[in-house]
Amino acid sequence: METVKEKKEIPEKGTAMKISGAEAIIHCLLAEGVDLIYGYPGGAIMPVYDELYKFQDKLAHILTRHEQGATHAAQGFARATGKVGVAMATSGPGATNLVTGLADAQIDSTPMVCITGQVPRHLLGSDAFQETDIIGISTPVTKWNYQITQASEIPEILAKAFYIAKSGRPGPVLIDITKNAQFEEFEFHYEPCKGVRSYKAVPQPNIDAITEAANLINKAKKPYIVFGQGVILGEAEKELKALVEKAGIPAAWTILGLSAMDTEHPLNVGMVGMHGNYGPNILTNECDVLIAIGMRFDDRVTGSLDTYAKQAKVIHFEIDPAEIDKNVKADVAVLGNAKETLELLLPKIQPNTHTDWHDEFKKKYKIEYEAVIKNDVHPTKAGLTMGEVIEEINLASNNKAVIVTDVGQHQMIACRYAKFNQSKSNITSGGLGTMGFALPAAIGAKMGAMHREVVAIIGDGGYQMTIQELGTIFQNKTPVKIVVLNNEHLGMVRQWQELFFESRYASTVMTNPDFVKIAEGYHIKAKRVKERKDLKTTVQEMIASKEAYFLEVCVEKEDNVFPMIPSGASVSDIRLK
Amino acid sequence: MKKKWFTISVYSENNVGLLNRISGIFLKRHINIESLNVSKSEIENVSKFTIVVFTTEEWTRKIVGQIEKQIEVIKAFYHTDEETIYQESAIFKIASNLLFDERQIQNIIKESNAQIVTVSRDFFVLAKTGRKGEIDEVYQQLLPYGIMQFVRSGRIAVSKAEMQITALLRGFQHS
Repeated sequence: METVKEKKEIPEKGTAMKISGAEAIIHCLLAEGVDLIYGYPGGAIMPVYDELYKFQDKLAHILTRHEQGATHAAQGFARATGKVGVAMATSGPGATNLVTGLADAQIDSTPMVCITGQVPRHLLGSDAFQETDIIGISTPVTKWNYQITQASEIPEILAKAFYIAKSGRPGPVLIDITKNAQFEEFEFHYEPCKGVRSYKAVPQPNIDAITEAANLINKAKKPYIVFGQGVILGEAEKELKALVEKAGIPAAWTILGLSAMDTEHPLNVGMVGMHGNYGPNILTNECDVLIAIGMRFDDRVTGSLDTYAKQAKVIHFEIDPAEIDKNVKADVAVLGNAKETLELLLPKIQPNTHTDWHDEFKKKYKIEYEAVIKNDVHPTKAGLTMGEVIEEINLASNNKAVIVTDVGQHQMIACRYAKFNQSKSNITSGGLGTMGFALPAAIGAKMGAMHREVVAIIGDGGYQMTIQELGTIFQNKTPVKIVVLNNEHLGMVRQWQELFFESRYASTVMTNPDFVKIAEGYHIKAKRVKERKDLKTTVQEMIASKEAYFLEVCVEKEDNVFPMIPSGASVSDIRLK
Repeated sequence: MKKKWFTISVYSENNVGLLNRISGIFLKRHINIESLNVSKSEIENVSKFTIVVFTTEEWTRKIVGQIEKQIEVIKAFYHTDEETIYQESAIFKIASNLLFDERQIQNIIKESNAQIVTVSRDFFVLAKTGRKGEIDEVYQQLLPYGIMQFVRSGRIAVSKAEMQITALLRGFQHS
């Protein structure tokens, strides 16, 4: 064994050596600072796996139980660390299994590089075994993709892949590498990519636009900030906080902006969107200046565009020029990285408090508290609510956990009630709404941030879409905490059926297996809570556990998530029941 | 907003998958490409796509934004017909006997400034370059006599306003 595991040195910059394409891929990954990748081997990627075997002391490979799990783990890693997540798969079905993760990373702007094996060049187009046109398939769901057919292309293309994935508005890149290119030997030489001539990663901030934005903000009587993930991706958390505090502007988050600002900050007024908070939605249509920072006016945020913030001047801070005027017309568009543009804006902002305006949010919060929050978080009825579980996790983890959510009712409840006091703590599938995201994403998040508590909160439906990743947790002894909020329904769809389809529960009732036994089958410590009296101590026990821990909480079967803006309705028409 | 004809000009790197990426942007929005031409441009190693769509200006602007976002796209523009000088080409294959039996055919050729490319025993080939309407007119005139084959090229266009690609490329390299 020793002979195979001989130490391989990374070639010094500027020197060249003759190595195989497969080995070159490893050197490229190491040069990009990658020390952890997720994947699943197969025929067309075997030369690379053989090199991974030799380099296992420098580059860890985590075998997931499905390629989709590898992509979500890479996403979770990227979202928790801000680094590029890497996933690897073989050709054909291995490659097609990456598609959901790619689409998710594309719509949620997650930096990810996927490497797929491909049949040898001479077999391309011959319908060879496990051949699929992954370049064609992945084109609409990648920021960039490329097929390498000769080894000599590997260093330049992989350098470009990492540059494109992480620069500007981040996104997924797929590099497909034919098997012959993995075997071929060539003179290896690596230079990191410093730019691509046809690609402007970050637009130059326009000082005039920033001045105009400052003037509007300074004159505003009811300014209102809605911040998105652009603040987290641009590492502009401090600048956002400084702006909010200096100008005294109430600020609300989009689902992906959550954790960019301390949820307990007095000027952080809650969440916008379909299941967001009452005040933040309703007052969108009462503010006079709407300051959107690093967000893209998704339809789940705006509701009907015809009635969205029509009374307000809109200032849009955005890195991607294609987002300007895409959904909501901006009166002032400030292009650039949020950190840079907010830094330029700050000195031009006059201090203010806007106390009366802020009181409007407090009044609306009281209404929402009485109608919804009280019953969600401190219920008096017999059945357990999702909200009280989240609250117990807040208490047990001291608001310090990374919360990874799946998609559905539990996700909305978690994003409404989870408390955060540091950034990069809320990891969820926002844009694509990928059920099955949370379990593998939590694995990646934990491996990226071992010092942090990582809690996956999942519904009983989504959990069963990627439940096999319990095997990955077991094999790697990954100490993630898994909470399944089991209502024995596909809860969000059921809620819509109740509200809009006269309670015809078409295929939303789930007959579930014994989740505790399944977790135990993977030797993961597991408990089920059915009664309120056991909740607090069990959550505390879970958070205190040094190992992975599975907790199933049997919650009310037919609870609904409110407030709610019905699909296509105005933010003003938000319903409390 | 009213639908109009727009010519989208895309300057890009010469890349294998880019056409797929660009056509996907139209596909995703269910907008038909009325005509497409890909060729060299005035700049070495820079390709130019000329795409014609019939849609609203708002959609055209959004599509151009998405096209420009693609990594290998240097710059994309859109123009109305009035803002461009454009040409299309068409070739007609017609039975040779008509050239001698139908006097009117010769008049059509003369009046439309169409060119006879070749004449053989069985057929002759007529080429016509011009704006869309001019080609349509020749087509309509020839139709009653029988057209054996007809094909029209994608539109090619230059804008009346300047397209500062060279300066842009220089800017990219220095940024």
